[in-house]
Amino acid sequence: MATYTAPLRDLRFVYEELFDAEEITALEAYRDATPDLVSAIYEEGAKLCQNELFPLNRSGDEEGCHFENGNVRTPEGFRSAYAAYVDGGWGGLNCAPEFGGQGMPHSVNIALEEMLCSANLSFSTYPGLTRGVYRALRVFGSEAIKQLYLPRLVSGKWSGTMCLTEPHCGTDLGLLRTRAEPTKQDNYRITGTKIFITAGEHDLTENIVHLVLARLPDSPKGIKGISLFLVPKFMPNEQGEPGVRNSVTCASIEHKMGIKASATCVMNLQEATGWLVGQPHRGMQAMFTMMNDARLGVGMQGLGIAEIAYQAAGAYAKERLQGRSITGTKQPDKPADPLIVHPDIRRILLTMRSFTEGARALTCWVARNLDFRDKAETEEARQAADDFVQVMTPIVKAFLTDYGFEVTNMGLQVHGGHGYIRETGVEQYVRDARITQIYEGANGIQALDLVGRKMPAHTGRYLRSFFHPVQRWIEEQSTNTELQPFVLSISKAFGRLQLATGHIAQAGLRNPDEGGAAASEYLRLFGLVALGYLWARMAQISIEKQGGDDNAFYAAKIVTARFFMERVLPQTGSLFAAIMSGSSTMMEFPDETF
Amino acid sequence: MKVLVPVKRVIDANIKVRVKSDQSGVELNNVKMAMNPFCEIAVEEAIRLKEAGAAEEIVLVTAGIRQSQETLRSGLAMGADRGILIETDEALEPLAVAKLLKAVVEREEPGLVLLGKQAIDGDNNQTGQMLAGLLNWSIGSFVSKLETGDGSISVVREVDGGLEKVRLKSPAIVTVDLRLNEPRYASLPNIMKAKKKPIDMFTPEDLGVGVAPRVTVLKVVEPPARDAGVKVSSAAELVEKLRQEAKVI
Ligand SMILES: Cc1cc2nc3c(=O)[nH]c(=O)nc-3n(C[C@H](O)[C@H](O)[C@H](O)COP(=O)(O)OP(=O)(O)OC[C@H]3O[C@@H](n4cnc5c(N)ncnc54)[C@H](O)[C@@H]3O)c2cc1C
Repeated sequence: MATYTAPLRDLRFVYEELFDAEEITALEAYRDATPDLVSAIYEEGAKLCQNELFPLNRSGDEEGCHFENGNVRTPEGFRSAYAAYVDGGWGGLNCAPEFGGQGMPHSVNIALEEMLCSANLSFSTYPGLTRGVYRALRVFGSEAIKQLYLPRLVSGKWSGTMCLTEPHCGTDLGLLRTRAEPTKQDNYRITGTKIFITAGEHDLTENIVHLVLARLPDSPKGIKGISLFLVPKFMPNEQGEPGVRNSVTCASIEHKMGIKASATCVMNLQEATGWLVGQPHRGMQAMFTMMNDARLGVGMQGLGIAEIAYQAAGAYAKERLQGRSITGTKQPDKPADPLIVHPDIRRILLTMRSFTEGARALTCWVARNLDFRDKAETEEARQAADDFVQVMTPIVKAFLTDYGFEVTNMGLQVHGGHGYIRETGVEQYVRDARITQIYEGANGIQALDLVGRKMPAHTGRYLRSFFHPVQRWIEEQSTNTELQPFVLSISKAFGRLQLATGHIAQAGLRNPDEGGAAASEYLRLFGLVALGYLWARMAQISIEKQGGDDNAFYAAKIVTARFFMERVLPQTGSLFAAIMSGSSTMMEFPDETF
Repeated sequence: MKVLVPVKRVIDANIKVRVKSDQSGVELNNVKMAMNPFCEIAVEEAIRLKEAGAAEEIVLVTAGIRQSQETLRSGLAMGADRGILIETDEALEPLAVAKLLKAVVEREEPGLVLLGKQAIDGDNNQTGQMLAGLLNWSIGSFVSKLETGDGSISVVREVDGGLEKVRLKSPAIVTVDLRLNEPRYASLPNIMKAKKKPIDMFTPEDLGVGVAPRVTVLKVVEPPARDAGVKVSSAAELVEKLRQEAKVI
């Protein structure tokens, strides 16, 4: 039977060993986030994910959501699992205590997110969107809205959605048509159709809070004329309980490739009552606050689903007997050796593992900077952290989901034909992972964000928040003989990233298509260098600690680090060559010939 | 009523136990530890008694190495009020634990001591009974149902061949069985609160109890691996083998 074991040791490693947990607990707001408490939180969160959510993953996929007379019924077991999640107070882990949250750092919360995504990606979308709505309202909501909605979103009694997409408008939100008419009561009547709305309708919570992008009557054309509205499914009455039903209804749900237990809804708004959030025509700004966090959340999905795929593949490779080791039989008492003896299988497994562990380190690094962004004492420190989050957000979103998807596919390959059929459950991971590359801004759009917005911003200031620490570390370690293989590999890859950056900045000025043509490969190059740097640092720590109590853990880290340096990081060479070749082939090719 | 719940830190029930290479015991280094599952049931029952208004305070006690505090914290996170750690590096035998508990009972004066029927590491199933003997208190062991009354506690015991109902005179000792309840998950707010709940620290010397082992472990070995089975082609062959090879019929 498939099992999921939360990687608690590795989660602790990134929180306390790779990074300095004391820098987090030194922040007044996070004084309590000491390793012992964090570890207790991880353990209890793991129990919920392993025992309650993971067992519903396959059944939820097989059963899917049901659309019945405008209502959506989630698969068997989801309601009680969600109740366990709410009763446990997990929705509020990193939310503000003034609204009923536990005020823990983001760098702790991401561990829970990863576990949720590994255990049940579909399930994770329901609380995932609620967190996004919480954050947007927290920053842009009026005081009255915050007092009314935030405690209920934090507890998980109410859930949230984000309603951007319309049939003719996905990436290009400037095309948006949904209208908002002001009323005399200081609110708005909103009319339009939204599609693909995750958790738009379901039976897990007593109320659903939609954040809807729409146009005011006097709005400027395009993206600058969009405002953000809060549209609850049930209007809260005086006691703050769900009251009158609002005219925002679900017309149907989609039949789709993966995350089948996550309801993807067509939502009709017919003069639905809504309240403006933030300034008129400034909806995109508010939405971006929500989306940036959501993008990191989708990156976590890439990691989470890759982790479960790795666990399944590792277990299967040790169990499945097939073929003999080419260097001589390993298990003579058995009819064949287990798959794990074959070099190609080991190559696949280590490729998977070097990704998941590297990605875990990367997400913790970014989440720590969310902590500093929100709670550091000086404006300077908050700014520096924000710079880093800005540049890393598209990378976490796109690199982790592209690679995460590849890892699920590798996991299937290890299972051979038994992976392709339903029973082993691993083809579900491939199907579930696929959407993460598309929603919250397709990965191509993330690459454009990196190259077009983040790279030139403040004359490269965002980029420097990554480049400088890496540069500094390489210089500091240049005389560390034991670490040389790692330092050499990372400095070579880092050099390529620097050159590619300079090239794109210049070529893009001459011809913007150059930036567009290079963007996806550049993002991947960036992601690989980030992981390479973290692997080098993980190797450094593990070399210092090996031989002690936990030798097996550190020894595995060192070999995985070497594998990454020797077998994965060299991909930066081909990416670099592709980037430098420019856009001419693709842009000169005549449209009609495609 | 005050309820005292002794709890034990053991290897997590989901972990495969490995014998140390020198056969001196089982490998504990970097092995995931957790509260003994039967102790969890005892903690859960105490919390239910408190929620029902039948108990005022739940005190957890454990004896062992410093890290046993984590076990106390996880019980505090479930809802117990405070903890007591009797810190010692000594390998504790049931009698030593029972003597330590007796000392704690004399200080705390609980109306009920709720224990797991056994710990999944040693599987001894002795501590509760020894404690009752030392205190000369009434005991209900292997309990799958518990009700508190006025000056008494009624329990259902799972005994060989059926169920036995007994009424115990308070104060009493109860050791709990698997079917008594299903322990809750600790909620996040309670995990956070548990960090601030008090844990008193003692040593066996503070309590005037000697805990030196009385049993010497010669060696610990893995159970022998089972040989592969054979397929027989007919019932007659099976009977033949049972008679000639296994000599059981
Ligand atoms: C299961 C699921 C759940 C979803 N949940 C939500 C939700 O909760 N809320 C919500 O609002 N939406 C949701 N969506 C919608 C999702 O965010 C969009 O599908 C996504 O933004 C892409 O839009 P599109 O499908 O219209 O593709 P298009 O915009 O048509 O894009 C098609 C392709 O062209 C590329 N492309 C588009 N424009 C450019 C450009 N300028 N330059 C380069 N390449 C470009 C894209 O990268 C993409 O690869 C969901 C979708 C699905 C399938």
